[in-house]
This record gives sequence, structure tokens and C-alpha cells, in this order.
Amino acid sequence: MYAFDYHRPTSVKEAANLAGQAEDAKFLAGGHTLLPTMKLRLAGPASLIDLGQVAELRGIERSGDAITVGAMTKHAEVAGSADVRAAIPALAELAELIGDPHVRNRGTIGGSVANNDPAADYPAACLALNATIVTDKRRIAADDFFQGIFTTALDEGEIVTQVSFPIAAKAAYAKFRNPASRYALVGVFVAKHADGVRVAVTGAGSNGVFRVPEMEEALGRNFAPEALDGIAVPEDEMNSDIHADSAYRAHLVGVMARRAVEAAAARG
Amino acid sequence: MTATGIGAPVRRKEDQRFVTGQGRYVDDFNRPGQAFAYFLRSPHAHAAIRSIDTGPATIMPGVVAVLTGDNLAADGIGGLICGWMIHSKDGSPMKAGPHPALAQGKVRYVGDHVAVVIAETLAQAKDAAEAIVVDYEVLPAIVDTAEAAKASVQVHDVAPDNTVFNWHLGNREETEAAFARARHVTRIDLVNNRLVPNPIEPRAALGEYDPGTDTYTLYTTSQNPHVARLVLSAFIGVAPEHKLRVIAPDVGGGFGSKIFIYAEETVCVWAAKKVRRPVKWTSDRSEAFLADAHGRDHVTHAEMATDENGRIIGLRVHTTANLGAYLSTFASSVPTYLYAPLLSGQYDIPAIYCEVDAVYTNTAPVDAYRGAGRPEATFVVERLVEKTARELGQDPAEFRRRNYITQFPHQTPVIMTYDTGDYAASLDKALDLADYRNFQQRKQESARRGKLRGIGFSSYIEACGIAPSQAVGSLGAGVGLWESAEVRVNPTGSVEVLTGSHSHGQGHETTFAQLVSDRLGIPIDQVSIVHGDTDKVQFGMGTYGSRSGAVGMSAIAKALDKVIAKGKKVAAHVLEASEGDIEFKDGKFGVAGTDKALGFGEVALQAYIAHKFSGQDLEPGLKEGAFYDPTNFTFPAGVHICEVEIDPDTGVTRIDRWTAVDDFGVIINPMIVEGQVHGGIAQGVGQALLEGAVYDQGGQLVTASFNDYCMPRAIDLPSFQVGMTVTPCPSNPLGIKGCGEAGAIAAPPAVINAITDALGHEDIAMPATPQAVWRAAQKARMPMAAE
Ligand SMILES: Cc1cc2nc3c(=O)[nH]c(=O)nc-3n(C[C@H](O)[C@H](O)[C@H](O)COP(=O)(O)OP(=O)(O)OC[C@H]3O[C@@H](n4cnc5c(N)ncnc54)[C@H](O)[C@@H]3O)c2cc1C
Repeated sequence: MYAFDYHRPTSVKEAANLAGQAEDAKFLAGGHTLLPTMKLRLAGPASLIDLGQVAELRGIERSGDAITVGAMTKHAEVAGSADVRAAIPALAELAELIGDPHVRNRGTIGGSVANNDPAADYPAACLALNATIVTDKRRIAADDFFQGIFTTALDEGEIVTQVSFPIAAKAAYAKFRNPASRYALVGVFVAKHADGVRVAVTGAGSNGVFRVPEMEEALGRNFAPEALDGIAVPEDEMNSDIHADSAYRAHLVGVMARRAVEAAAARG
Repeated sequence: MTATGIGAPVRRKEDQRFVTGQGRYVDDFNRPGQAFAYFLRSPHAHAAIRSIDTGPATIMPGVVAVLTGDNLAADGIGGLICGWMIHSKDGSPMKAGPHPALAQGKVRYVGDHVAVVIAETLAQAKDAAEAIVVDYEVLPAIVDTAEAAKASVQVHDVAPDNTVFNWHLGNREETEAAFARARHVTRIDLVNNRLVPNPIEPRAALGEYDPGTDTYTLYTTSQNPHVARLVLSAFIGVAPEHKLRVIAPDVGGGFGSKIFIYAEETVCVWAAKKVRRPVKWTSDRSEAFLADAHGRDHVTHAEMATDENGRIIGLRVHTTANLGAYLSTFASSVPTYLYAPLLSGQYDIPAIYCEVDAVYTNTAPVDAYRGAGRPEATFVVERLVEKTARELGQDPAEFRRRNYITQFPHQTPVIMTYDTGDYAASLDKALDLADYRNFQQRKQESARRGKLRGIGFSSYIEACGIAPSQAVGSLGAGVGLWESAEVRVNPTGSVEVLTGSHSHGQGHETTFAQLVSDRLGIPIDQVSIVHGDTDKVQFGMGTYGSRSGAVGMSAIAKALDKVIAKGKKVAAHVLEASEGDIEFKDGKFGVAGTDKALGFGEVALQAYIAHKFSGQDLEPGLKEGAFYDPTNFTFPAGVHICEVEIDPDTGVTRIDRWTAVDDFGVIINPMIVEGQVHGGIAQGVGQALLEGAVYDQGGQLVTASFNDYCMPRAIDLPSFQVGMTVTPCPSNPLGIKGCGEAGAIAAPPAVINAITDALGHEDIAMPATPQAVWRAAQKARMPMAAE
């Protein structure tokens, strides 16, 4: 790790100001992505702005037809939240499948969406649930927020403050874990909303999380696993690595999508 | 059996310390004035070093010294050695390329040691390492085991065709003749995947030099500190043997990787004198992936000949073994004498011939890893036996049974003389525990759920307790493989046992104390086990190859016999009886036929105060030592049965049942043995399903972290059914065979046999990842398309 200056603001405003002043600053949330890269000397920000003391960034709230999660809320808190379990059980289940207990008790939803790792789970939930990513400056629809591998709509110094998830009629997440890292090799989040079905895939796409319009249309007509028969995602748009080549990933997208639909359809 | 004697499931004495964080590992030691070493490692798999400019680094903050291979050479420090000489078929000695602790002119794998920076802090050392300017001439690399001998790239000048040796064992003519008259020949091509050991404690070394006494101390993560001292002094020449103290404190796992003498500890001792500061290096996980000696990495073609009665009549094997970029300490023995002598398995095979070509590649050195050669042999034999049974349309259990060795001792055609065993007994018990009878029912039930169920056997044998020194000497070992022990009885009757074995997780502090408790009749809390310090223990060969029970404890038993004999002399004086009338029983020295007796502690006290005998008649004190050289290897054997269920849609293999029936001879502590079995199976399942070191064609390690290198987790494993059979080993006084590696040896073929059974074809390699199994399942579903 290289040396850095450390700041610990207590409000979003203070954090934003610090980010404006400090050169080459990075926000520190759970640190589960940022700190390993710093330890390996792959990143060396001049200053870290630790969001850990910013109380307004924490907590889960149910308001009418949405669940709103503060950016510094840990995965374990989402997994354990009675409100989330009641409103969007699929979201709690997704959080429970992230990494291991250490990761779930450090990693945050804000860090996850800001990082937009192509194998992270939350981006799939955000897209499929049509979430809004709230920042200190604006509200960004998930469809506009995720812009490719490790790339988001966030500006320099912009802080994610909340993620707001509309409560879907039915939803489920089916994840095929990378056996080594436990990130998603393929994760498919399916959500049935009043105005249609959304299907989002993480882990698989060579350009990060993506939606599958063909599946969405088919499921809009018939929300059942069979509706997906014959629908395949293009292999050449899938990621390929030692764990899974693009053909296998494309195949798994189909399998996981069917399993997610099956699980969602089975809910009340 | 007493509560703490042989056979009792005594809780591990050392666990209180480990579980509460009180263990002391090398990295927990800090010496006054200590500086930190950081190794600059090669980013290239193969490159000539045109120049190294350390200038900019030496002036960085906190830097104490920057040293390179030139400095080593100037100080006359020798290279690392390989301690087992193998000769090729043509009689020529193996081609050992130079192996300097810091590169001299060339780097040969990613992670190879280029220079060391010693600084006040580790961060400063790392900063300075970035300032070292190395001018590399990058060369093409060879990483592929099967291609190495044909490659135009040459890793070492001394080794044309990258060939270390072309070795063989067995009888070629008899084997050819067996194949000529065979009714059926089964052929198989196998890859034994390369593994990264990954003990939980990474390696570490702390070197210290005392100019007042001109002595050195090395704290190091070693399974065999005396061997480390011997190699560092006699061969590498960093310090004279009597001036070098090697301490291996608590060691957090090794699996073989901490047997070897590496560059880092060499450099830390040498540099400590150079900079007149204690020098500490602790590997991080990334370094461990790159530079700990890896395991396995064989490519094999094997054939099995059977006659009209379904009896195996011949086995021929050709293996190419990748030894990496340099010969690690025992690298040459692993694919030769630890491998081919096990190719007879549990079977009566009259003719065996095995050829092994060992090659250099631009990859990390490969050496012994849990099982060392025996897992590779077992994989060949058990995959081939299974395939043969299938081709002959025979039940795999019965085919094995028909070919089992039943008479002992049994001389195989490949060196070994099996002393005892009852293979059918283990098979019967395993079939029973596994409910083999109802397997077809379970298979149908799985099929109804769209799943493929398969069952796989592994009827393994291994050789432990290495080994008679004369025998290994005749096979090329540079050392003898006995073990030493010293039993020190204190005046208060408590006992310290100094042993040349060294626990790195096996629980010696408990099992060794159980032996003492059993023999001397004293509670185990009166016994301390001392190991891992060359200043305390006179000499020892260390812990590997499941030898600490069979060899290490036999040495202790021998020393205990001497203690008891001396105790009888003391008791005779005190009890005013003749020595011949003294009996030692239940911890008491008594006069036969009387109720006159002394407790063990009383005799100890009398031995030290020496009031009751003349020092001319009997030496005071009670301390005895012994060296024990075994008479044979030991041959643990057993049957493991793995039952899997495959999801053909995803390729996920779930292990549904695991049955292990092992014959380890006499068992000292069944709880610890069962733990060893569990851990071994987990490791073997890791190899079969999850683990595999992958280099890309350029020689970069792709699986260089836990993100990509998949270690087994609890969730990957079922609850194990563990059973035992016992045929006491006749080759050592305790009847022990050894249990440390059995699981890792038995498991891989059991898993792959189960998967191939489920799939209905043989075409799957390790690790059988979901992707690989899915692809193989596709093929199973579409036999026409695949033809
Ligand atoms: C072993 C391991 C396994 C994992 N497995 C999974 C898995 O299965 N699934 C999964 O989805 N994830 C997984 N993760 C990732 C983890 O769950 C976190 O989501 C991830 O590390 C990012 O969250 P963080 O809070 O740790 O962010 P940090 O590492 O602190 O930050 C990540 C990036 O986001 C920026 N950032 C953080 N918070 C904000 C904010 N509020 N506004 C703007 N920018 C911000 C930081 O500056 C940094 O660039 C795993 C991580 C590890 C170490």
C-alpha cells in the first residue's frame, strides 16, 4: 500500500467538500474492493474519504411502494432486514448470496453499485427492479447508471447516497457462483412489475450487467419458465475466462433465467 | 487402554493455544533491530537479465541494503540443491540446472527471485523495489508439460530438450510379453493437475546474526528444521552447521511445501550477517501462489492388460512430469521412487513397466505435495482399473476383489514388499457402509429428478514411513530417513520428549504424549513434546510422508524402552532386589511376587538424587536417546467410495456420499486420525473438482489468487462415513502405518470414477469444474453427435 491522507467526514456535505478539495481522492465504504487493490499497489489514491461515520448514509426504509437502502448499508443488513424480506424477498436473498460472512458484514450497497463490477450481484437487482440510484446531486435510473464494466454515470466526486427499489409483484434471483471467488459467474434477476417484466443478467456479459428484452417480452406474455424456451443470449456478447467460456455462460443465462422465473412464479 | 494412552480419542493439547490465538508462528517473532526483506520477483516467465541497477533503490528512505545474485556469488554462497539423485535409463545423472537464491543472469519463471531489498519497514522495502531498474531481454517461454521436451525454448543450458531425466522402473520384456498374450487391453490418457499447496500460514523466515559469538539463528516455517540447517550449511554454505540454529516454532500447515529449502530463508540468514541486523521476510499470499513449490503436474498414458479370467497381467505407464523451472529439494524423487513403486496398487500384477520423463518448464518448481507421487500413482491405477472393469462389463468392486493381493508378504515387480493387509475386509466394510446394494435405486431416483448419479471406487495403497536409510540410499537419496528421539525424565517424574519429527498441524504434542503416557503410566499432562529447534533436538529428519507415527514415534518407543530399563536398575538398588526381579507395570517398578513397588516418579527422583546407589555402579540421571531406522515402508491401504449427483443443466457435481474405510494399522488417537482422513479427502476432492494451477502460454500464472484458484470449502463436502480396519504393521514396534495423506491419495480417482460412471463415458479431466462436467454431460446426451 502507498501512503495516503485519511479523512473521516460525518456528513454527505462534508464528504463532498473534501472530495472537491483533495486531489486524487477516493471514497472508502466497506473497502472490500478498494483496499485489496491498494494493498496490491494496483491503486494508490492520494487520499481516502471514509464514509463510515456518515450516519445519513445508513439504514433501510420502506415507503409506500419502494424499499430505500442507504449507500453505507451492509449486505448483511439487507439480508437480515424484515422489511426487505417482506417487500422484496429476492433482494434479501441476493444479499445473502454475496461472498462470505466477512464480505457481507463489510461490503456496502453503495460501494457495490459505484464499483459496478461485472460479476457483482446488486447491479442485476437494480436493473431488474428498475431502481433509482440517488446521489448527493441527482437521481439516476438504473438503466442509465450502469454503463459497462466498472463504469457508471457517476461524476468525479459524486456520492451515492441511496438506492431505491420499487416493490415488484414477484421477483427472484438465481445465481451461479464462481466456485472460487463466489461472485456471480452468471446471475439472473427476474422481476414482474405491474407494467411488465424485467430480466437483468450479471456476471455473464462482456460489457457488464445487461437486460434481455426478448426474455422480458416473452415473460410479459406468459410468466413461466417455458416461455423462455428457444430464447438464447448471443454467445459473442458473453464474457470468457478460465472458469467459463462464452458458450457455457450463454447456456447458464438460460438455465438461471428459468430457475429465477420458476422461483418468482412460486411466490404467493 | 488408559484414558490418555494409545487408542484414546484424547482432545488435542495444542488446540487451546491455537484456537485462542496463542500459537507462535515465525511471523510472531520480532527481534531487536529487525529489518524487513522484500523480494523483487520476475514479472517474466523467461528472460535474460542484461543488467540490474540497484542505485536508485539504495538511496530510497529506510533502505538498508539492496542485494542481488552478484552479491551472493561474491560471497561464495552456493545455489539451492536437489537432494535426490536420479539416473536416466542410459545411466547418466539427472541434469540439474543452477539454482541461485537470487537470479544470476537469467530468470526462469514468474516469481523468480531477482533481488532483495532490506529496509526499516516492509513498505519502504516495497517502495525501493519499485525503483530497481532491471533490463530484461524477454525470451519465449515453455509452460506445457507434454510439449516441453519438443520445445525450441531451452530452460537450462545443461538440459537439452528440457529433459531432467528419462527414468524407468520395472521389467520391460516381461511387461511386453504380458501385453502380447493379453485378452484385453485398456488404455487411458490422464493429466494429474498442478496444485498450489496453500497452507494457511504462508512461509516466513527471520535470520539473525550474533557477531559476539559468530552464530546465526534462523526462524523458519519448516517441516524439517535439521534438514534445513544441514542444507544451508553443508551445501549452500551460508553458515557452518554448528554455528547455525534453526528454529521452526508453530507451523501452520505445510502439505509438503515447507519441507524444501527455498531462496528466501537462504537470503535472510546470509543478509542478516551482511547488514548486521535481523532480517525478516513473510510471504504474502500472492508470493505463495507464485513461489511455493507446486504439486503434481503429470501427463500420463497408461495401459492395463487382462487375461481371459479378468485378471490383470500387465501394466505399462508413460509419464511426463513437469518439475518447473528449477529442481526443488526433493523434486526428483516424487515422480520416480515415490510414484512408480506404487503402481501395483492393491493388485497382484505380475509385470509392470513405467517410464518417466521429467522436464523443465518456465513455471514454479514442483515438489512433494500431500501424498507426493502416491496420489499420482493411485490416480493412474484406480482410473485404469475402473475403466478396465467397465470395458469388461464387470462390477468394479468385484473386479478389484478378484485382483487383490491376498498373501503377505508380497513382492511387487516395482521394488515394494507389502508386509501386511486385508484389502477385501476394507472393501466389504466400505460396500456395506456405502449401501452399495441399493445404489441402482438411488440412481433411478436421481434420474427421476433429471440428475445423473454415479458411484466411484478407489482402492488405494500408499507407502509411508519413509524409510530404511539403506534402501533409500540405494535409490539415490542424499540423506538417511531414520528418526531420533530423546526422553528426558525430570527428578519430579515429568517427562520431556525431544523429537526430530515436527508437527505442522498433526497434533504431535498430543499423540506423542499419549505414547509416553501409555508406556510410562503417567498422565499426559506430565509430558511435554519438544520439537522444531536444532539447539534442543540433536538431529531429526522431520515430518512428511506420514512418517512421524511410524518412524518418529518408534524412535520414542525405543528411547522409552531404554528409560524403563534404566529405571529398573535404579529401582533394584532402592528396593534392594536384583534387577532381574524388577517388573515395570502400570507406572510402577515392583519386585516380582511381592507388593514392594515404587512409582515412576519416585524412581525418577532416586535416579537424580543418587543416594541409594554408587555412581560407579550406575550413572545417575534418567535420560535416554534413540535413533530408529525403519525396516520397511509401511503400507496404509483402504477403499473409498464416492457417490455423486450431477446436474446436467449446469454441470454442478454434488458429492452425496463419501465412505472411507482405511487400514492405518494401530491407531494412537482415533479422533486425530479421523481428522486427518477428513482433511485428506477435502484436499483430494479439491484436486478432483476445484483446484488447478493454470499458466497462460506466456508463463503468467492465471490462478494467482483465491479469486481464481478454488479451494475446497465445507459446503463442497458431504458428511463423511469413516470406518477402519486394522492389520497391525509388522515393520515397526508400534504397528503404525500412517494416515496423513491417505485421503488426498484416495479421493481424486474416487471422484472421477463416480463422475465418469454418472456420465457414461471417460472423457473428463481434473478439475472437473461445472463447465467441464456440463460439456461432458452434453456429450453423454448426444452420443451420436459426438462420434
Ligand atoms: C472475497 C470477496 C467476495 C465477494 N463476493 C461478492 C459477491 O459474491 N457478489 C458481489 O456482488 N460482491 C462481492 N464482493 C464485493 C463486495 O461485496 C462489495 O460489494 C464490494 O467490495 C464494494 O463495496 P465496498 O463497500 O467494499 O466498497 P469499497 O471497496 O469501499 O469501494 C468500492 C468503490 O466504490 C467507491 N464508493 C464506495 N462507496 C461509494 C459511494 N457511496 N459513493 C460513491 N462511490 C463509492 C469507492 O471509492 C471505490 O472506488 C466480494 C468481495 C470480496 C472481497
